[in-house]
Amino acid sequence: MVSLNTVAPAAASPRPGLSETGVAIDARVEKIYYGDFLAVRDSHVAVEKGQITGFIGPSGCGKSTVLRSLNRMNDLIPSFRLMGSVTFLGQDIYAKSVDPVVVRRHIGMVFQQPNPFSMSIYENVAFGLRLNRFKGDYDEKVETALRKAGLWNEVKDKLRQNGLALSGGQQQRLCIARAIATNPTVLLMDEPCSALDPIATRIIEELMLELKQEYSVAIVTHNMQQAMRVADKTAFFSVDISKGGRTGFLVEQGDTRQIFHDPREKLTKDYISGEFS
Amino acid sequence: MTVIEADMNRKPDVPSLDHSFSDPRALRNTIQTVLLWIVALLASVPLFSVLYMLITRGGARLGWEAITALPPAGLEMGGGFGNAIVGTVVMVGIGALISVPLGVLGGLLLGAIAPSSRMSDAVRFVAKVLTGFPSILAGVFVYAWLVLGMGTYSAFAGGVALAVRMIPTVMLTAEQAVRMVPQRMKDAAFGMGCTQTQVALRVTLPTAMPGVLTGVMLAVAGAAGESAPLLFTALFSNYWIGSLTEPTASLSILIYNFSGMPFPNQIELAWAASLVLVLIVLVFNILSRLIGARRV
Repeated sequence: MVSLNTVAPAAASPRPGLSETGVAIDARVEKIYYGDFLAVRDSHVAVEKGQITGFIGPSGCGKSTVLRSLNRMNDLIPSFRLMGSVTFLGQDIYAKSVDPVVVRRHIGMVFQQPNPFSMSIYENVAFGLRLNRFKGDYDEKVETALRKAGLWNEVKDKLRQNGLALSGGQQQRLCIARAIATNPTVLLMDEPCSALDPIATRIIEELMLELKQEYSVAIVTHNMQQAMRVADKTAFFSVDISKGGRTGFLVEQGDTRQIFHDPREKLTKDYISGEFS
Repeated sequence: MTVIEADMNRKPDVPSLDHSFSDPRALRNTIQTVLLWIVALLASVPLFSVLYMLITRGGARLGWEAITALPPAGLEMGGGFGNAIVGTVVMVGIGALISVPLGVLGGLLLGAIAPSSRMSDAVRFVAKVLTGFPSILAGVFVYAWLVLGMGTYSAFAGGVALAVRMIPTVMLTAEQAVRMVPQRMKDAAFGMGCTQTQVALRVTLPTAMPGVLTGVMLAVAGAAGESAPLLFTALFSNYWIGSLTEPTASLSILIYNFSGMPFPNQIELAWAASLVLVLIVLVFNILSRLIGARRV
């Protein structure tokens, strides 16, 4: 089992829990607060190994908040508080002894806006390797990551060029290459295609289907067709505005087919039929 | 008849889109544009007359001897201000060695690490006050602290006095540059598993580097032209600099000394030294703009 309270592993070490099936991240969120504001309640979601889990739901339903709780990105917001537990391969990532920095090295993230660093394409991909003091063949690691991200052929002749000079879709694939260069166990994607055009979106979606051979993926999307196309499991969130607040909660989670064709909950059925009618 | 003509014939009330000075709005626009041009030209008269004087009067004497020889004595002919150029470079160098690390790290604290802490508020306030501080007070402060303490005027004391002037400029421009780094870039670094220090040093600072260097260049250009802080810290010397703990010549003090002398030779040298000083300042200003333009 991987330890979360020591320094990160060398980037080359085999990733834990690779071949088994089962749950990579099990989040039992009771409540998430920003200050006094209750943002999310009662949401139990699981990210399964080797599968793509889609988080869908209307705006403000807390799907991004929950996703960002899975690698403690929300810790960067000072007023954030989580009640409940999030376990990664059986370990509570919110335990006192856990270093959030180490958590993020195992659970990578791709953001809504492509956000490459203002440095060369090569250095962008090598960034995480250098961070982990990887000793070995950087060229090979960079090439492998760029190939997996489907970007190698487009950038192999301009690896020294600044990453910000690429197009939006290429930048997003560069961010994916950067995230997978260090071999994380789980990849969290927060609306990775919402800033991209349909063609770039298609390319990223095909990429996700390849990535799930090696990584467990969780993706937030506001595009239901996208969830249907790529997700194996889907978690549907909704938002409760009854008591004057805006509190998101999980309505149901299940196989994508079941969620879209045979939803158990009326809320899900209404949302999906509204979206598709 | 073209289509457009046909259209106009059918609708005689189509408005004219041509320039017309009979329209009060167009007239006001023209008058104001002319006024602004005149004011802008007036504002640049002092600037260009100073440059003109420097070039005609200083340029006449500028040559290899002027920038390499030692200053002449009273009625002696020839000579130059080579030691003052070296002294200025050395003291600005000392000032930069002190102010750049302090200023850049301070700017990082203000802009990235703890932008709204009480510590940052206090430091930012003091830095802003210090930019408007009379520069002679920097000299007085270093005189009382270093010159009296060491028992001698020195290049080191001069450099420290310049550093006092440079730190706020470097720090406040570094803060601005660091603040311009997009949050999503920092998020990416945190998402990769960076500690706060790693985010600041590996992502924020490199991204902000062009802006930071602009501030450094501006501070260097400003310090090269300073005279008040050097007046009673480095004093002056007629000889080449031998160590950092002895009185040292600088261009600005040489100009001050020589321009008040009754000897035409020294006065000519003061003009030439002024031209050299302006060129140094100009070079650093141009460098700062070139570096600043490289921003992504």
